[in-house]
Parts: sequence; C-alpha cells; structure tokens
Amino acid sequence: MRNNTVSMNLNLKIWRQKDGKDKGFIEDYRLDGVSPDMSFLEMLDMLNETLIREGKDPVAFDHDCREGICGMCSLMINGQSHGPEAETTTCQLHMRKFKNGDTIVIEPFRAKAFPVLKDLIVDRSAFDEIIAAGGYVSVNTGNAQDANTLPISKINAELSMDAAACIGCGACVASCKNASAMLFVSAKVSQLSLLPQGQIEAEARVQSMVNKMDELGFGNCTNEAECEASCPKGIDISNIARMNREYLTASVKSQE
Amino acid sequence: MVSHFKKVLTSSIVKKQLMGVTGLLLCGFLLSHMLGNCLMYLGPEAFNTYAYTLTSNKLIYVAEAGLLAIFFTHLGLAIRLTIENNIARPVKYYMKQNSGRGSNFASSTMPYTGLIVLIFIVLHLINFKYGPYYTQAYNNVEMRDLYRVMIEHFASPLNVLWYIFAVLSLGIHVSHGFWSAFQSIGFNHPKYNCILKCTSKAFAIFITLGFSAMPIYCFLQGGH
Repeated sequence: MRNNTVSMNLNLKIWRQKDGKDKGFIEDYRLDGVSPDMSFLEMLDMLNETLIREGKDPVAFDHDCREGICGMCSLMINGQSHGPEAETTTCQLHMRKFKNGDTIVIEPFRAKAFPVLKDLIVDRSAFDEIIAAGGYVSVNTGNAQDANTLPISKINAELSMDAAACIGCGACVASCKNASAMLFVSAKVSQLSLLPQGQIEAEARVQSMVNKMDELGFGNCTNEAECEASCPKGIDISNIARMNREYLTASVKSQE
Repeated sequence: MVSHFKKVLTSSIVKKQLMGVTGLLLCGFLLSHMLGNCLMYLGPEAFNTYAYTLTSNKLIYVAEAGLLAIFFTHLGLAIRLTIENNIARPVKYYMKQNSGRGSNFASSTMPYTGLIVLIFIVLHLINFKYGPYYTQAYNNVEMRDLYRVMIEHFASPLNVLWYIFAVLSLGIHVSHGFWSAFQSIGFNHPKYNCILKCTSKAFAIFITLGFSAMPIYCFLQGGH
C-alpha cells in the first residue's frame, strides 16, 4: 500500500573511515525528500547518489539480497543493531519507522573480531572461521533420502530449524556489551547437534567451534539476552544454554 | 591432558560456569549467614553463644578457607572476564542503546554492584570480625560480646544507611546472578525457566529484606 504522507527530511550522523588503519569520525549529512516507503538501505542509496553527484566519496555499506535472508546487511542504527524494530534486518526496516526531522546515527558493527574495512563495512570472516572449525557434517549423506527414513522427533526437528534460521549477520555480537559471539556459535552448534547426522561429531564440534571463537577474541557471555533481543531471526538464548552444557560434557568426556 | 584442562578451564564457557557455581555457593553462604544472624532477635545471649559456638570449632578454619577460595575465584574471574570483555570491543560505540527487550538494570550493572559488595565486605570484616573486642560471660564461659559491637555500630544512622545500600546492591547483583548461573551451567528449559527466574528474584528480595532488617532493629535499640 502506498504511503501518502509527505516526504521526510533527515539529519544523518554517519561513521566515515577510509580503511582499516584510519581512525574514523562521525560526519553529519542532511538528506531531504526521503520517502517513508523507502527501506533504510534505499535511503542510504539516495544519500550516495547525492554524494556521487557532488563528486564526493559515497558511504560504503554491506548489502546483498535486501529480502532479510542473506545476513549481509548490518549497521548500528541509533545504537541498536539493525535498528529499533524487533526481528527485522536493516534492509527490511522502513523509513516510516522514523519521523520527519529525526537525527539518525549510523555506525558499523563494532568488535575486535569484526575490524572495520571501510565506513560501515566490517570484516565478518571471523564467523566463517568458526564455521570452518567444525560447523559442518563431514559424513557423505549421498542423495536426498525419502521423507521420514531418519527418525527425528518433531520437537528436535523444530528446534533445529529454529536454530538454522540464523543468517550469520553478526547483530548478536554487535549488540552484546561484551562483543560475545555465543548466540551465533550456539545456533550453529544446536542446529547440527539436534539432528542424528550431526550427533556423530557433536562433541568434537562444540569444542573446536568454542575454542576458535575464544581464539578470535570475542568477549564472554554475561547472559543479558541483548543478542536474542536484537537477532533479526529471533534465535533463542536457550541455544546458548545447550552449547554451555554440551561444551562441559564434551570437555569431560574428551579423549584428549 | 594438562593442556586440555588448561584450555577447558580458560575457555569462555567454563570461566562463566565457574563464575556461576561459585556465585551460587556464595548465595548459600548468604542464606546461612542471614538465618544464623537472625538469632540476634532472641537477645545478646543467643547471638553471642551462636557466634562463640561457630568460632570455637576448629573446623571453622577449613570452612573459612573454603569460603575464601570460593570468594577469590569469583572475584578473580570477574576481574578477568571484565577485562577480556573490554578488550573484545576496543573502539566503543558513538551511540549505544539497549533494545529494552533483553538486558535489565541488574544484568547491566553486575560489575558495579559487585564492586560495591566487595568494598562492603572489606569494611564489614573491619567493623565486625576485626572490630572492637568486648567480652561477656554466660554460665561461666567467657566469650566475645559481638552483640554489643553490632548495637554500637548501628547506633549511627550513616552506618545503617550504608549497610542497607550495600545489601540492596547485593540483592540486585544476586537477582541476575542466581538465574544467570543456571543458564551458564546449561540449565534452560521452557518448563522451568519461569519458576527459576521468579526464584532468583524472590531469593534476592528475601536476602535484601532479611539483611536490611538487622541494622534497623539494632538502630531502634538506641545503642544499648
């Protein structure tokens, strides 16, 4: 449905940083004529078009599918990862959630393990390293099997699917006051350990993924649940509890 | 084997689990300390005899050593975790807001309430354990008159207010810590989560009110 309200004029405070070595600073921009129907990223596109026309360097930001499923968009919007809306990625956040004349602060996700590459783009390959450390099933599963050949309880199938909804965007790390990656890692651990195919390597997996997470310099969880609150996919912190107990039992039972 | 244990003990998860377990043990100490001190309501003899019975038992040194070990593990880990968490975000946000759907006052102030409690414990030991030494005899047994120390200390309204402030901080600390310990250990179940969070808050309120009542009672005795 078309929103007939008049266009909005915004004050933007955006983090600008040339590269990883640059110190960076907050720059003020004025953007007039923003449609309330625009997504947040379209608003940034509009700003960039203006900047390019003026011969200035456009603001670099990550994005891809713009459908809320790829996990590529990020941004801290007014101090909240993916902005103020619950279970909404930045690309699915619309300008109608803001008011005419608003000042919006836009910053990159911040963590030691997520270094800024340029402006609002951070390097989230630390997540790829955690996955590479064990976030997979190494048995050859062959072709797709007939439905229901593997007995999986309905509850576990649902819990696993809920955990698998994680798009790996890093909002949990960004919103955590300790920059902890526990929600992401626990979602990946849970998604596999709840299913028969993943159980075979469950113990080795949780240990290597947690060790990799620690090694990469993420912080420690203090059970505040800001990660869960800011997760665009609503991943539950019960996954963190599952990982905590799996890590403990795996460490005790380990052959090492 | 040794390197495995070292890695496990220094992992983010086990550090938090040790933090939680030591915290729960300290909650147990709080409960017994509070219930034992309630004997003061029965008068000086009951309270002093209780203190004498506790301190004259040689096993008290073992218990105190255990308590100190638990306490310093909790404190040491708290310092280490806080430093690590600060390092994990070297560049701070220009603007950071909580969503209002996750953290609460208790959870976001754990290091501060913990620090208040630490200062309080040091002063508490100076004021009482290592405070003035009066003696009193009951049935020809001479013992320390701790009751008098307490009554004299809490004759000052400032001491009463500081005590209540510290105990309130402790209650806030425990209201998050109690539940948090279970989550760290891995106990999170939809059937029990609600009752666990309620127990956490109820325990915190019980401890806060229980400890706060004592200095007020002493103050109302008017220094005698």
